[in-house]
Amino acid sequence: MKAIINIALKNGVLDPAGKAVEHALGSLGFTGVSDVRIGKQIVLNLATDDKAKAREELTTMCEELLANTVIEDYEIVL
Amino acid sequence: MKVAIVLFPGTNCEQDTKYAFDLLGCDTEIIWHKQDEIKADLVVLPGGFSYGDYLRTAAIAKFSPAMRAVVAHAKNGGYVLGICNGFQMLLELGLLPGAMRRNENLSFVSKYHYLKVISNNNKFLSNLAVGEIVNIPLAHGEGNYYTDEATLKSLYEQDQVLLKYCDKNGNELNPNGSIDAIAGICDKSKKIFGLMPHPERACEKILGTDDGLKMLKGLVW
Repeated sequence: MKAIINIALKNGVLDPAGKAVEHALGSLGFTGVSDVRIGKQIVLNLATDDKAKAREELTTMCEELLANTVIEDYEIVL
Repeated sequence: MKVAIVLFPGTNCEQDTKYAFDLLGCDTEIIWHKQDEIKADLVVLPGGFSYGDYLRTAAIAKFSPAMRAVVAHAKNGGYVLGICNGFQMLLELGLLPGAMRRNENLSFVSKYHYLKVISNNNKFLSNLAVGEIVNIPLAHGEGNYYTDEATLKSLYEQDQVLLKYCDKNGNELNPNGSIDAIAGICDKSKKIFGLMPHPERACEKILGTDDGLKMLKGLVW
């Protein structure tokens, strides 16, 4: 089963890279852009057909390694 | 006094760290991260780019066998010092509160910087005075320390904020956006220390400053 995990900085945590991209988009001529945040996406394959089991395992993976829950939120997409 | 310095794939400061503690008369040993037992008085997690900073800086180091030994050493009340990448490891392990973010201006900061001693009520800074200003090199891309308001308040209340970035007169000067210009902290037990600057790179007057040696001396007995 393919799993997608989206990891993003928590709201309120400053994202300097996002700000840099926002300014760059402005330089490109796009005037209505604000609140740019950059996250990451991890894609993996799980050897199970059980969606509930997969979600449980993925949650542990996120909590223990894939996301730093002090400053990041994660979203599991199955 | 036995000092164990843990070497991970991608670590690059272990030799300078050994040099510094050798100068201070310690019995030092560099330990490969696969070793799951550590017998020492002080464990140092040195600077560098462990695991290439893959996923997040210091995110993967915590799964090394040596880290289990470090955590056990800490649980037994042993001293732990995390320098730069080592500080990041202690944050990822949860042995110190908070997290590191990318430097606010996105640049890798590599320069000498003044630091002010905020608290010496701990073994680490016991050789320095409160308010003393030292000059120590910085070299990091992710030194932007963050913690939530409640934890920050608690850090001050429990005297866990140890060092802040400043100018030569002691006025706050923040090179990376770190909250309250915090450069170093410790845990509640005052046995686990973390700082972003590199005291091991300030051990020879001929190279600019030996303030680092003066700082590290506090940890040595």
